[in-house]
Amino acid sequence: MIKSDILIIGAGPVGLFAVFEAGLLKMKCHLIDILPNPGGQCSEIYPKKPIYDIPAYPEILADGLIDKLMEQCSQFQPGFTLGERAMEIDKQQDNSFIVTTDKGTKHSALIVVIAGGLGSFEPRKPIINNIEKYEGFGLEYFIKEPNLFKNKKVVIAGGGDSALDWAVVLSDIASEVTLIHRRNEFRGALDSVDKVQQLKNLNKINIITPAEVVGLNGKNNLESIIIQNPDESTEEIETDFFIPLFGLSPKLGPIANWGLEIEKNAIKVNNSLDYQTNIPGIFAIGDVNTYPGKLKLILCGFHEAALMCQGAYKILNPNKKFLLKYTTVSGVEGFDGTHKKAEKAVVKTIS
Amino acid sequence: MTDINITIIDRLGNKHNVLAPLDMSMNIMELIKSYELADDASIGVCGGMAMCASCQCYIESFHKLNDKSDEEEAMLSEAFHIKKSSRLSCQIPITKDLKDLIIRIAPEY
Repeated sequence: MIKSDILIIGAGPVGLFAVFEAGLLKMKCHLIDILPNPGGQCSEIYPKKPIYDIPAYPEILADGLIDKLMEQCSQFQPGFTLGERAMEIDKQQDNSFIVTTDKGTKHSALIVVIAGGLGSFEPRKPIINNIEKYEGFGLEYFIKEPNLFKNKKVVIAGGGDSALDWAVVLSDIASEVTLIHRRNEFRGALDSVDKVQQLKNLNKINIITPAEVVGLNGKNNLESIIIQNPDESTEEIETDFFIPLFGLSPKLGPIANWGLEIEKNAIKVNNSLDYQTNIPGIFAIGDVNTYPGKLKLILCGFHEAALMCQGAYKILNPNKKFLLKYTTVSGVEGFDGTHKKAEKAVVKTIS
Repeated sequence: MTDINITIIDRLGNKHNVLAPLDMSMNIMELIKSYELADDASIGVCGGMAMCASCQCYIESFHKLNDKSDEEEAMLSEAFHIKKSSRLSCQIPITKDLKDLIIRIAPEY
């Protein structure tokens, strides 16, 4: 059981800033995210896009913003459960919550903050009739353990970075790698495209373009795929694995069934106070919440995080007095023993 | 004159004639969102960077549109429910040439 004061679901910019704000109030945070790295959309969808509306940053790249937020909150030593999806929430008699992930990891906290952005990123599944039948039986949407493909025949579909990168990685592990894409052009970093080209020249990767995977065959496990060419002729290719990599799309997912009031696919919160949901102790901040006048901006999420922490503090410390402190006055006392503060002014007489 | 008429057919097949402002540097995806003609989380997921295909639409009139950028071409090549008339609506700025344009929002990705 992982224990913290505040359990944050979603390690995007708003979740990370909440760690900092909570830390100022001596509350310790743990974060869960379905993605393998912190950063949410900023890392997953547009890491190299500049953002222009972060106060005091005339321009900052999305992944740069995440680096800064990680640095800013690091002294408060947040814990991370990455690559797991928050599935269930159970309220305990002592009013704490236990949140369990799809891998069975249990987290306990008095406060749960949903900072889930647009939801958890799910793989986009190609439209093939019996696709579900083979999920886990030769069809994989993520590559978690490359050795699963050792000495196997693998077909990857997709034209983006992940398709290219995994084709390169698996070319060393699998017995055969085939990359199928609907167009002749690939959309990826120049470096990845070049590498795939080299491996193709060495016959380590087969490339079939333009073509599309339209059917899957196999008794229990996947045995072959059917591809369709632009002239609508089809071809069967034997394979042990098929990995469609068509990007991710966000879905609210299991959180939608937690008994929270949902409106327009977002969680309704009390924005006149502290962004708490209809379930006391559960807050929602950032893009995942809604209220009259809501703006889905990172900077609005930061503001919501600060107010949420005030509400969370009151639940965690009933009747304990507290006054907002300014970091300019008190500095920042980390949980790691560090204490950042302004240097003492030199007092000296001018004679 | 700062507004033009555009017809948007939503995912349920309902037709909406809407006024599109010419002076707010908006694109068609934003127009659809501003009139709430698609579930908010199901369109414009990437914010309009041609990095997802959630705002795919089919052009159903004979307007001459701006050319597709490489990014749009690439994203469409990975999208589903593709037709010849497919475009990413976030990549179509609203201009006066789009007067009486008819578009249909593609099924949810």
